Amino acid sequence: MSGFRILVGCKRVIDYAVKVRVKPDKTGVVTEGVKHSMNPFDEIAVEEAVRMKEKKLASEIIAVSCGPQQCQETLRTALAMGVDRAIHVITEPKEYESMQPIHVSKILSKIATEEKADLVIVGKQAIDDDCNQTGQMTASLLDWPQATFASKIEKSNGDLSVMREIDGGLETIKVKVPAVLTSDLRLNEPRYATLPNIMKAKKKPLVTKKPSDYGVDITPRQEIVSVEDPPVRQAGQKVESVEELVTKLKEAGLV
Amino acid sequence: MAALRRTSRLLRHVLCNSRTTTVVQTRKIGEIWVDGSCINPALGLTEEQKQIQKVATDYAKNELFPNMAKWDEEEIFPVDTLKKAGELGFGAIYCREESGGTGLNRQDASVIFEALSQGCVSTTAYISIHNMCAWMIDEFGNKELSQKWIPQLSTMEKLASYCLTEPNHGSDAANLSTTAKQVGDKFILNGSKAFISGGGDTDVYIVMCRTGEQGPKGISCMLVEKGSPGLAFGKKEKKVGWNSQPTRAVIFEDCEVPASNLIGELGDGFKIAMRGLNGGRVNIASCSLGAAQSSIQLTRDHLKVRKQFGKTLDSFQHLQFTLADMATKLVTSRNIVRMAARALDEDWSEKVALCSMAKYFATEECSKICNDALQLHGGYGYLKDYAVQQYVRDIRVHQILEGTNEIMRLLISRDLLTDGERKYS
Repeated sequence: MSGFRILVGCKRVIDYAVKVRVKPDKTGVVTEGVKHSMNPFDEIAVEEAVRMKEKKLASEIIAVSCGPQQCQETLRTALAMGVDRAIHVITEPKEYESMQPIHVSKILSKIATEEKADLVIVGKQAIDDDCNQTGQMTASLLDWPQATFASKIEKSNGDLSVMREIDGGLETIKVKVPAVLTSDLRLNEPRYATLPNIMKAKKKPLVTKKPSDYGVDITPRQEIVSVEDPPVRQAGQKVESVEELVTKLKEAGLV
Repeated sequence: MAALRRTSRLLRHVLCNSRTTTVVQTRKIGEIWVDGSCINPALGLTEEQKQIQKVATDYAKNELFPNMAKWDEEEIFPVDTLKKAGELGFGAIYCREESGGTGLNRQDASVIFEALSQGCVSTTAYISIHNMCAWMIDEFGNKELSQKWIPQLSTMEKLASYCLTEPNHGSDAANLSTTAKQVGDKFILNGSKAFISGGGDTDVYIVMCRTGEQGPKGISCMLVEKGSPGLAFGKKEKKVGWNSQPTRAVIFEDCEVPASNLIGELGDGFKIAMRGLNGGRVNIASCSLGAAQSSIQLTRDHLKVRKQFGKTLDSFQHLQFTLADMATKLVTSRNIVRMAARALDEDWSEKVALCSMAKYFATEECSKICNDALQLHGGYGYLKDYAVQQYVRDIRVHQILEGTNEIMRLLISRDLLTDGERKYS
C-alpha cells in the first residue's frame, strides 16, 4: 500500500482573537473588515495530515474549503503548510451565510468518493458556529467509521488506533480505513509555514468548483431569526466570611 | 513555551464560548484592532507578502516578544531562536534560491524585518545584519564560496558578522587601515575592527581590509572564519540597547586567510561594502518601523485604560493629537522605507540617496515615536516592566550605525548637488 489519500477540511472563520460584534439588524455578526483565518481545529487537522505524509503514512493530501472567494487565502495557508492540492467549492457570500454542516458534509462526502480518499480529517468543530457536526455527518453519508475528538492517531496493522478525549479520561479505539477523523485541541501543535513553502504554495494546483458540480443543493433549510449579544454579566460582591456568604445566599433565596 | 501560550489562548476561546462572560484580555502585539486601522502594516501588500508577514508576525509574537526583556536584561544571544528563524527561511531572505537562499526580494525582506522587530528589535537587527552578509557572499563571492556558505547561513546554523568600522575609521570608512598582504595562497591580515555585532559568537566575518593603495580603491573584502590563526576578539561591550547580540572588537594579528576567501576581485571591497549597506540601511530602518508600530499599539491600549482626572487618557485632546502624530510619522516612514526597498529591487540609479533618506527619516521619526510612547506611558514608561523603554533603547543606535544619519544627509545632498555621473550607485 502506498499510503493514504487524505482529504482535509479547512473552514475560513473569524480569527479567534477578534472581539465578535453583532450586526445592528441582528441578522448575524459583523464579518466585513474583520480578520479571518483558518479554523484552528482545521489547522490541527492539516498539521496531522502533513505529519502523516512526512511519516510516509500518506501519499497525497487534498484540502477543501467551502465558501466565498476569500477561502482561497485559507487554502493557500494549507498548501503552504504542506497540503498537495486544494479544491475551493465557491458559494456566493449570501448563500454562505445560510450554509449548514449538512451541506458541507454532502460536499465533502462527494469529494471523498470522487478523489478515492482513504481518510477525511476535519476539525472537531469550527470556532464560529461551534456546530461539531460536519465530521460525524460526513461519516454517516459515506457510511464510514468515525473517530471524533482525536488527540492521538497511530497506524496499527492497516487500521488506525485513535486516542480520544472523553469526559473523565481517554479512550483508545480502532477504526478501519476508510474513516472520518475529527481533530481535538491536543492532537498536535501546528507548524509555521516556511517562506519557501509559502512561495511553493502559489504553484500548487487549486481548482474551483460549485456545489452544483457535486449535485449538492445548498438552499437553506433553516432561517436565522435573530442573533443577540449575550447578556452583560452583573457585577459581583466580595464577602468577608463564610457566615456572610451563607446569609447573602439565604437573602437571595438561593439556599 | 509558545506552544503552551497558543494552546491556552485557544482553550480560553473554547471556554469563553461555553460561558457567556466576556473575558477582558490584555492586548499584545499584532492584536486585532490594528488590522482595521490606518497603521495596519499589511496595507498595500500582495497576498503572498501578507502570508509572509503573518508568519513573521506570529513568530515575533510567540518566539521573540515573550523573551525580549529577559534577553535584554541577561544579555542572552538567542542562538536557538535564530536557528528556528533560519528553518523558516529568515536567514538568507534575499539570496538566490539556486545558492540555497529563500529568493525573496528587498521589499519582502523589509516587511519581514518590520514584523520580526515588533517582537525584539535587537535580535531582528542581528538577523538583518546576518542577511546582509549572506547577500554579499551570494552577490559578489564566486560559486564555490556561495555554495559552501549560503546553505549554512540560510538555516542560521552558521552566523555571520559584518566588519567595516575600525576604532579610528567610522564614518571615514574609505580610509580604513586594516591590511591584508598576499603571501602565496594566503592573505595575512593585521589591524582591528570595532563595534562588531555578533563578534566573538559568530562563525563568519566579512572583513573589509586594505590590499592596495590608499582610499576606497585599495580595499578588498575577505571572508574570515572563526578559528583562523591570529583572529582574536575584544571584551564584550556594555551597551544602552541591542543587548541580545554581543558586540566586540575583532582583532587580526598576522591572521591567515586562504586566498580563495576573497569575495569579488581585489579592490572591490569598498563597492561591496557600500552595496551591502544600501540594503542594510533599508533593513535597519525596517527594524525601527517594527519598534514604532509596537510602541504605538501599546500606547493606544494604555491610553484607553489609564485614568486621570476621572477620565481615561484617550479623552484628552493633547494625547489624541500626539497619538495622531505618532501614527502619521510611522506610516510616512514606512512608505519611504518600502520605496527604497523597491529602488533596490528594480535597481534605480537613485537608490543610494533613497536608501539614505529611508534610513535617515525612518530611524529619526521612529525614535521620536518610541520616545513619545514612553512619555505617554508616564512613570510606567520608565519602568523595565513595560516594553516601550526597551524599544527606545534598542532603536537609538539605528541613528548611528549602518552609516550615521549625518552621513545619510551627506549622501542625499551629494545626489542633489553632483553634476554628471553619480558615485557608488
